[in-house]
Amino acid sequence: MLRIYCPVCGLRDETEFTYGEDATVRRPDISETDPKVWHEYVFIRENPRGRHKEYWHHVAGCRQWIVVERDTLTHEMFGSFLAREVTV
Amino acid sequence: MTARRLTTGGRIDRSLSVTVQFDQRSFSAHLGDTLGSALLAGGQQIVGRSFKYHRPRGLVAAGVEETNALVHLREGDRHEPNAQATMVEVFDGLTSTPQNAWPSLQFDAGAVNGLMSRFFGAGFYYKTFIGPFGGTKFWMFWERFIRKAAGMGRGTTLRDPDHYEKINAFCDVLIVGAGPAGIAAALAAGRRGDNVILVEQDRDLGGSLLSEPAGGPSDVWLAQAAAELSDLPNVRVLRRTTAFGAYDCEVFGLVERVQDHIRAPEKGKPRQRYWVVRTKRAILATGAIERPMVFADNDVSGVMLTSAVRTYLNRYAVLAGERIVVATNNDSAYTAAIELANSGARVTICDLRREVPAQLGENARKAGIDLRPGHAVLKVVGGKCVKAAYVVYVTPEGKAVGRSLRIDCDLVTVSGGWTPTLHLWSQRFGKPQYDRQLDTFLPPAERGAFTCVGSLVGSPSLKDSLLQGHKAGGGIGKEPALLGHADFWGRNLAPVTVITKADGSTPGKAFVDFQHDVKLADIDQAHLEGYVSVEHLKRYTTSGMATDQGKTSNLNALARMSTLRGMDIPSVGTTTFRPPYTPVALGTLVGHDRDRHLRAIRLSTIHGWHEENGAEMIDAGLWLRPWYYPASGEGINEAYIREASHVRKHVGIVDISTLGKIAVQGPDAAEFLNRVYVNGFKTLPTGKLRYGIMLREDGFVFDDGATARLGENDYFMSTTTANAAKVLANAEHLLQTAWRDLRVHVTSVTDQWAAIAIAGPKSRGVLAALAGVDLSNEVLPSNHFTHVTIAEVACRLHRMSFSGELAYELFIPAKRGREIWEALIAAGVPYNLRPYGLEAMGALRIEKGHIAGSEIDGRTTLKDLGLEGFASTKKQFVGSVLRKRPVLEDPSRPSLVGLEIIGDSSARAGSLLFAMNAPTKGHGEGWVSAVTYSPALKKNIALALLARGPQRFGETIQVVDFVGNETWQAKVVSHHFFDPEGHHQNG
Amino acid sequence: MSHYSALSILRHGLLGNKHWPRAWRDPAPKPSYDVVIVGGGGHGLATAYYLAKEHGIRNVAVLEKGWLGGGNTGRNTTIVRSNYMMPGNTEFYERSVQMWENLSQDLNYNVMLSQRGYYYVFHSPGQGDALRRRANVMRANGIDAEFFDRAEIKKRLPFLDYSASARFPIYGAFLQSRAGTARHDAVAWGYARGADKQGVDIIQQCEVLGYIWETDKIVGVETTRGPIRANKVALAVAGHTSHLASKAGLRLPIETHLLQAFVTEPLKPLVDHVIIYGGAHFYISQSDKGGLVLGGDLDGFNSYAQRGGLPIVEHTLQSAIALMPSLSRLRLLRHWAGAVDMTMDGSPIIGKMPIEGLWLNGGWNYGGFKATPASGYCFAWTIAKGEPHPDSAEFTLSRFERGYQIDETGAGPYPKAQ
Repeated sequence: MLRIYCPVCGLRDETEFTYGEDATVRRPDISETDPKVWHEYVFIRENPRGRHKEYWHHVAGCRQWIVVERDTLTHEMFGSFLAREVTV
Repeated sequence: MTARRLTTGGRIDRSLSVTVQFDQRSFSAHLGDTLGSALLAGGQQIVGRSFKYHRPRGLVAAGVEETNALVHLREGDRHEPNAQATMVEVFDGLTSTPQNAWPSLQFDAGAVNGLMSRFFGAGFYYKTFIGPFGGTKFWMFWERFIRKAAGMGRGTTLRDPDHYEKINAFCDVLIVGAGPAGIAAALAAGRRGDNVILVEQDRDLGGSLLSEPAGGPSDVWLAQAAAELSDLPNVRVLRRTTAFGAYDCEVFGLVERVQDHIRAPEKGKPRQRYWVVRTKRAILATGAIERPMVFADNDVSGVMLTSAVRTYLNRYAVLAGERIVVATNNDSAYTAAIELANSGARVTICDLRREVPAQLGENARKAGIDLRPGHAVLKVVGGKCVKAAYVVYVTPEGKAVGRSLRIDCDLVTVSGGWTPTLHLWSQRFGKPQYDRQLDTFLPPAERGAFTCVGSLVGSPSLKDSLLQGHKAGGGIGKEPALLGHADFWGRNLAPVTVITKADGSTPGKAFVDFQHDVKLADIDQAHLEGYVSVEHLKRYTTSGMATDQGKTSNLNALARMSTLRGMDIPSVGTTTFRPPYTPVALGTLVGHDRDRHLRAIRLSTIHGWHEENGAEMIDAGLWLRPWYYPASGEGINEAYIREASHVRKHVGIVDISTLGKIAVQGPDAAEFLNRVYVNGFKTLPTGKLRYGIMLREDGFVFDDGATARLGENDYFMSTTTANAAKVLANAEHLLQTAWRDLRVHVTSVTDQWAAIAIAGPKSRGVLAALAGVDLSNEVLPSNHFTHVTIAEVACRLHRMSFSGELAYELFIPAKRGREIWEALIAAGVPYNLRPYGLEAMGALRIEKGHIAGSEIDGRTTLKDLGLEGFASTKKQFVGSVLRKRPVLEDPSRPSLVGLEIIGDSSARAGSLLFAMNAPTKGHGEGWVSAVTYSPALKKNIALALLARGPQRFGETIQVVDFVGNETWQAKVVSHHFFDPEGHHQNG
Repeated sequence: MSHYSALSILRHGLLGNKHWPRAWRDPAPKPSYDVVIVGGGGHGLATAYYLAKEHGIRNVAVLEKGWLGGGNTGRNTTIVRSNYMMPGNTEFYERSVQMWENLSQDLNYNVMLSQRGYYYVFHSPGQGDALRRRANVMRANGIDAEFFDRAEIKKRLPFLDYSASARFPIYGAFLQSRAGTARHDAVAWGYARGADKQGVDIIQQCEVLGYIWETDKIVGVETTRGPIRANKVALAVAGHTSHLASKAGLRLPIETHLLQAFVTEPLKPLVDHVIIYGGAHFYISQSDKGGLVLGGDLDGFNSYAQRGGLPIVEHTLQSAIALMPSLSRLRLLRHWAGAVDMTMDGSPIIGKMPIEGLWLNGGWNYGGFKATPASGYCFAWTIAKGEPHPDSAEFTLSRFERGYQIDETGAGPYPKAQ
C-alpha cells in the first residue's frame, strides 16, 4: 500500500485516494478543434519506467487533486503538490 | 526412532496435561507443547505421506520450516487443511488427522508410485497425456486422476463459524522477531521513547534462546528483558503474530493468532487478527533456518534438522533418539550433539570437514562422542524409520572415497549450514547478496528504512547479535550481555550439502524438496533438458513451490544446479520471495468485510418505510432501492404492470433519493456547465432547470440529468445514481487542473437531499393540496421549480418528468425524507396515490423512450441515442471534437429505436437483431437494450440499437435470444412509444 | 530432438533419465536474422513458431532479457476463454481457443488445456442483460455459451453463497464450457521447443538496449550480447511495450499497471471450474496441483514494479469469501504481480508500426495468456505478409484516431477502469 502525502491532510493511505493518471498531459484549451491534439491528450501516454508525475484525488479526504512524483519501478515518492498550485 | 519424553527439563508445564488426537490415536501432552512435540514424545514416527510417492515421512523440524507434518486440524466447520504440526499449540481435545494417505498412514496404497518413480521424473506430464487425437478429451481424462492425486489437504464447503478483525496501527519502529537481537532492539528503542511494536510468531519471546537448556543464564536474561518490555508503555509486544508481508512505504501486514491455541475462540473474541502496520522504520531480526543435507533416502522418518532435535530436547524435553548420527558441515551442530550425548544418547558426528576446530573436537570427545572428521552420511537405511546410516569419507566436494561404514542408529540429524529468513527484506527489495563464506544469501544490514540484525545477517555470535539489536534500536541503556556457545550460526562452513558416490550418483532417492518430492535426479534431469535458470528449475521440477515455499530446499536446489552448470550460486540466481512469509487464512485478511458488510449499503432516508410496507428491494450499485411493492400474491410482473398503469391513470410516488446531486456554485458556474454539458447552459434563468447530457473526453455519452439554477451563482446538478461519484470527481479534476481560472466550487449534496418523484395525472392535485399552493401550468410550467413548505419542511419542487406523465420531483432535506413521503401517502389517499418501484419506473421510461444505464453503456454516442439535437453547435464542450471521429459519424451505426414485439411474449434484453430474411449469424444488426410490457400500449415493447434504425421504421425484424432459445419478430418504431408530443407531461 | 510420448518416458526412465535431450538449444546470437523477435514470452515464442511453421521463415531469433516465460506468461492466472462480443475481438479470441484445443498435439508438448468451463455469476438483472448480449453474440458466431437462472446455478455450483447474508445476491450465471485453464509455463516451453526444432534461435539473457537505424529505418537491435541486425524487428514485450517503443521514438495509447494474482495452499479437488464473481472483479479456479488461483482488480496506478499492495489483496479476498464463504479457513500461500500494458480501450495492438522495420504486438491488458496462439499466429502472418490477418485486422494503432475503440467493458479511455 502506498502512503501518499497530501499537502492539505498529511501522509495518508493509498485507499483514501483515487488515481488520475499522467499529470504531464495538458488538456487542450476548450476552444481547440484539431482532433489530433485531442487524440494526443486523451489516448497517448509517455508511460515512463521511472519517475512519473501523476494525479491523485484525495477523494476520501479534502477532495483536492494533487500531483505526485513517483517512480513507477520502485514506487518511491518525491513530493506532492496541490494540482491547482502547480504547473506540471 | 525411539523418541521419549525426559522426566525433567524443557519449557513445558508438566502440571497441565492435555490429550490430543492424531490418526485416531491419543497422545498426552503438556501445555507448552506443539502438536509436533506431542507426536514426537508419543513415538509417532510417521506423520504424513509425501505428495507424489506417498513415502512415509516423519518430523524434520520444530518450527515454521517443517515440511512433512501437515495435518488436517479440527473437525466440521472448523476443519483446516495443511496445518503444520510444529506450529500448532496443543489444547485439550485437539483433533487432527493425516493427509494424503489411503487407506491409512501406515499402509498407503499410493506408495506404489514410488516404484514407478523413474517414470514420474521432472515434468513427465508435459511429455505425455497428449493423446493420439486432437482436442483435449484425452488429457482431461487423465487430469481427473492427476487432480485427485495432487493437492494436499482437503478443503471444506462449510461456512467458517469464527470471526476475524482488522487493526490499523502506526509506530516508529516495527521489530520483527523477538529473539535475542530483536529483544535487544526493542529494549533500546523502547528506552528511547519510540513507539515500538515487537512481533513474535511464537507464543513466547526468546527465539533461539528457547532452544537453550532451560534454567540457564539465557532464561534469566530473557525474564529480565521481558519484564522491562512489559513495563515500557510505548512498547507493544505481539506474540503468536507473524509479519507475513513487507509492502511499499513501510507498510507491514501481520497476523495475530488470537485464539488458535484453544479449542474454539471465546465468545466475542476473534480467531485471528489482521494488523496493517505503518512504521517509520523496521528492524528485521527474523533469524535463520537450518539447511538440510542431501543424500540417499534422506527423507526416511528419523532424519531431522540438528537445530530441531536440539529444540525438542531443550524446549520440549523430548530426546528424539538414542543412537544418533549427526551429519554436519559446520560448527553449529556441536552444541546440540554434546547436549544429546549428555542426555544419554550415543552420538556419532560425521563432520564433512577434515579439519574440525580443535576446541569443538575436544568438547565433543569429552562428551563421549565418536567424532569422524571428513565423513558424511551417504545413505540412510530404514523403511518407516531410520535403522542405520552408511557413513563414508568424502572429498571436499562431498563425493565418497572408499567404502562406507554402516552405523546402526535411530536418528540422523543434519546441519548443512543456515539460511537467513530474509523473506520480508526480499519481498520489499528483491535480490539479496550472496555471501561466499556462509554459503548463503544475506540482506545488507541497512537499506532504506530497514535494519537487519542477528542471524539474519549471519551474526557470528550471540554477543554480536545482541549488540547489533541494541544499536539498531538506538543504543539507549545498558548494553545487553549474554554469552553464548562458540559454535553460533554455523561458522567455518564447508559449503557442500550434497553427498554422492564417487560417480556423482546417490545410492537411493535423495530428496531436495520433501514436500513436493523433488529429488536430486529431478534437478539433474532439468539441467539436462535445459531448464537451467533458477525459475525454470523451480517451475519444471516444482521445487520450492509447496506450502513451505522452499524454506529448506531452495538453496540446496540452487547449489546442485550451480554444481551442474559449473557456476557459482549467484550466477545461477535466486528465486524471488513473495508474501506471505507463512500461509495466511483468507478470512483473516477479510476481517469483517464479509457477508452484508462486504460493502457499505447505502440507504435512502425513506428506506424504513419501504421495508415496513413490504417493498422488494434491489441493489443498485451500493444502494438498496425499492424494486416493486407486491400486493398479496403478486410476482414482479404483475406488480410492475399494476404500478406503472396506476401512475398513468392516477398518481404514484417513487423514491429517487439515490440521484447524484451536486451543488455548482460561483461566478463562473454557468460557463462551467456550458463546457461540461453538450447543450447550452449559459442562458438558463434562475428558477428554471434544464435536462443536460455530458460526454466523456473521447466523445461517448457519459451521463445525463437535470440542472436547476437556484440563484445567480448557484446551480443544483443532478446525475444518474451510477455516475454520481464520477461526475463529481471529473468536475473537480477539470476545475483544479485545466480550468483553474473558472471561479466555481462543486460539492456533493447527494446525502443532504432526499428526493421523491410524484408522477401521474393527479400529481398536481396531491401536491397543491399538500403544499397549499397553486401549481398550475402558468405558475409552474415544465422545467421550472418553486419552493414549497410541506409539513413545515421547506422543500424544492421541480417540474420534471421521467415517466412522461405530469410529474414533479420534490427535494427534501434528507432527514425529513420519510416524513414528507408519509405526508404524501396520507395526502394522496383521496387521489389514489400509490408508491411505485424501480421496475415500474423502468417500464414508464421505456414507454417514453428515455435512455438509462442500459443505453448509456459507454459505447454509445449522442447520435446513436438520437440525442444529436441536444449538441450545441455554437460552443465547444467536453468531448465535442473527438465525438466527430469518422467511425463515430458512420451512418450505419446502430441507433436507438423502439420495437413492438409481435405476439404475446416479451423479448429479452440482450437479444440480437437481424433483418427478416438474413441469416442469424455474426454480430447482428443491433441488440435489445431494455424490454417491458407497456400497459399504456398493451404491447410488449423494447428499446434497441439497430443499424440505421431511424430509417427502418415499419420494418419487421428478427429478435433472437440464442441462449434462451427464442426468436421473436418485432416491428421497428420510434422509441417515443408513449405520448410523443408530450401532452401528458405538459398538461 | 526426441518426440515426447508415454513411450519416450518409459524408454528414458529405463535409462535412468540420463539421456534426455535439451528442450531447446542455447545458441549464441548470429550477426543477423530475417526477423528478430524481442521478448521470449508466450507471444514472442509463438510468433517465431508460426513464422517458421506457417511461413517458412526460419532465420529468426527470439531475444529474451531474462528467462523464457518470465514475464506475464509465467505470472498469469491461466484462464483461456473466448467470451468477447465486440467485432474484432470475437473472431480473434475464438480462433485462439480453437488453436488451444489442438495445441498440445501441434507442439508435442502438453499445455494441459483443461476445458472445465467458465462460469460468470451475475448479481443484478441489468448485469444479466449485458451478459446475455455477450452470450448471444458468442452463439451467433458459433461459440458455445449457456445461460442459467439462480435455481440452476445453485444446482451446479452449490458451494457459492446463496444465503440471505450475501451482499450481492446471485441472480444467475453464464457459462462457456469450452473455456478453462492451461499450464502457463508449458506454453512458453512448448513453443520454445517447437520453434527451436524448426531452426529458430532462442537467446536468453539478451536484453535489447536500442535499435540499429539506417536513416529512418530500423535494421536491427543493440543488445547486451552485441548488435544483431534484422530485416524486421518485432516487439512482443508485454509489460515493457512503451519502454521499448519509446526507444524507437514511438508513443503509444498504453499505460502499464500492476495486476496481482494469488494462490492458496494446495488442496484436493474443490473447485472444478473457473468461476467469476460479478459483484466485483474477481475470479477463481483450481490448478491441477491443487492451489486455488485467484485474481482481481488492478492496483490502479502506473507501475512496473511487479509487486502489489495490501488494498487489492484485501479486496480480492473479500470477493473470494463473498462468492464462496467456505474459503475462509483456507490459507493464502503466495501473491505476486505482473506488469500489464493497458490500452485505452482494453484491446490489443498488433501490426506494422509507423516506423519502417518495426512491428509490434502488445497492449494485452488482462487478456494476453488466452490470446497466445492466435496472437502468435496473426502476428507471424502480419510480419510475413506485410498486411494484417483478417482476425486481427482491427487491432490497429490508428483505431483511436478513427474512433474505433474496441471497448468490451464500455469503461472508456481510462486504463485502470478497463
